[in-house]
Amino acid sequence: MEPGDRSGQSEEPDDQSDEPIAETRAESSWRTALTRRRALLGMGAVAGFAAVDVAGFAYAGGWLRPDALTPPRFADRFEHIYGRHDGFRRNHAKGLSATGTFVSSGAGAAICRAAVFQSGTVPLVGRFSLGGGLPDQADKPDTVRGLGLLFQPPNGQQWRTAMINVPVFTDSTPQGFYERLLASKPLPDTGKPDPQKMAAFLDRHPETVAAMKIIKQSPPSAGFADSTFYGLNAFWFTNSAGATVPVRWSVVPQDAGGPGLPARSTGKDFLFDDLIRTLAQRPVKWRLVLTVGEPGDPTNDATKPWPQSRRSIDAGTITISAVQTEEPGNARDINFDPLVLPDGITPSDDPLPAARSAVYARSFTRRAEEPKSPSEVNVAKVLS
Amino acid sequence: MTGRANETITAPTRFALPSRILHWLMAPMVIVQLLIGVTMIASLSYYPLLLAIHRPLGVLILVFAVVRLANRLTHRLPPFLATMSPAERRIASWSEYLLYALLLVQPLIGWAMLSAARFPITLAGPIQLPGIAPHDIDVYAVLRQAHSVFAVLLFATFTAHVCAVLFHTLVLRDRLLDRMALWPTKHSAPQQDPTEA
Repeated sequence: MEPGDRSGQSEEPDDQSDEPIAETRAESSWRTALTRRRALLGMGAVAGFAAVDVAGFAYAGGWLRPDALTPPRFADRFEHIYGRHDGFRRNHAKGLSATGTFVSSGAGAAICRAAVFQSGTVPLVGRFSLGGGLPDQADKPDTVRGLGLLFQPPNGQQWRTAMINVPVFTDSTPQGFYERLLASKPLPDTGKPDPQKMAAFLDRHPETVAAMKIIKQSPPSAGFADSTFYGLNAFWFTNSAGATVPVRWSVVPQDAGGPGLPARSTGKDFLFDDLIRTLAQRPVKWRLVLTVGEPGDPTNDATKPWPQSRRSIDAGTITISAVQTEEPGNARDINFDPLVLPDGITPSDDPLPAARSAVYARSFTRRAEEPKSPSEVNVAKVLS
Repeated sequence: MTGRANETITAPTRFALPSRILHWLMAPMVIVQLLIGVTMIASLSYYPLLLAIHRPLGVLILVFAVVRLANRLTHRLPPFLATMSPAERRIASWSEYLLYALLLVQPLIGWAMLSAARFPITLAGPIQLPGIAPHDIDVYAVLRQAHSVFAVLLFATFTAHVCAVLFHTLVLRDRLLDRMALWPTKHSAPQQDPTEA
């Protein structure tokens, strides 16, 4: 097809070619019908459409709303606080890839129809991480530890979760998290947050004060292997009968503080080095615990714990059998988006998972497009 | 000359009925899809909901685009109106081809992009599509950028298309829009009439 040839394969004479006499007559007849006023109104309508169309698009995209909290601006704030580190996650930048299995006990099937909870074994990809946007920060016992998991049942119904080692989250809303990031930005001279800014933030956010109190009650364990990781946000689980319950999940170490842990590493990456050395000797196991909420338990506020008495279901064993230096194709390239859920799990009214999903996507896209550099945590170096 | 006159009489003055139906079915889908796409990347709270609509709607647009391409290749187009210069006709044709290309390619890129990022391509509930690209973050990066560029290009082409049709219809008043109308119109072929009148 050539441009202008609207008749496609036609071999007939071009019926659109100019026909001077007819065209002139035609033109004069419709030109006279036109008045200047109508033409101006018409032009106005065209311009009006174009203006509404372009402005509407720009407004929807957030470009005309400089104060709106959008995923790009959220990602910008991480870069503002921690600097930009090409190719790394905007948060939980320092990490280690892992692989293993989830052996489901089948008990979870009572409340969830997802294939992952049927009795059987599901391959896992995981990632251990430290909170914050610095990919080469020194390990500290009280830095937030993360565990991302990707369950890959054979039916393709992936389940992704990104958990941390504190029992409640510090913020109930994305806006609160966004503000806290800025308030806790370390000052260059002290390396600590500005006390006044932090105090002002806490004044405005009593939920964060309450959550921090709860977090302080469970001090961090010695390392990754004996950490409990919490999913924090509530989700709806639906079983094969169609019954739906609110659930929070956690992974609980099977051998917390038990013997057999190797001598503790020292040095900048001691938390990761410990985990690497442990895994060189034996797999590390956790139990996947589903906690079932009852009517009245908050599903929309991750800063509030549920009562200890809530029913919990031991859904099976998570076994991490190996760790790998982050590199192309392993957990480095996985976005542990908390809203990649199998059929049978749906988001609750908690505003955090949606925001996490949106900001993780932005972070993932940014780092995908950036040049990559090697991870601080290197398995071969530790074991050499 | 006789042949030409006959041609003018027998030439379709409107797009074929299937073409018009497909056009007006797809138009709202594409507009909504563009709006969803640009809104979701700027939204913290509606991102998952909009994404859950964006994926199946994209696949639906892809299916319609394929049907429409087949329809386009098997139906004759009505002639251009006399109000369009040769240059404008060329632009109109090229922008039509561009729209066809974008409506076919953009959903495929979205699908491939999610595949490269190892995401499940969930349509609804347990219904998923298979991946169509290797699990590779660099491939994802290229496809993700292409998806944005083509989205802006699609938006610009759509805007130009509507502006051009509105200009003809409201300023030149040549009843260009009637060629695509599914509704009854006063004169079937206002611009071809004069030769026969």
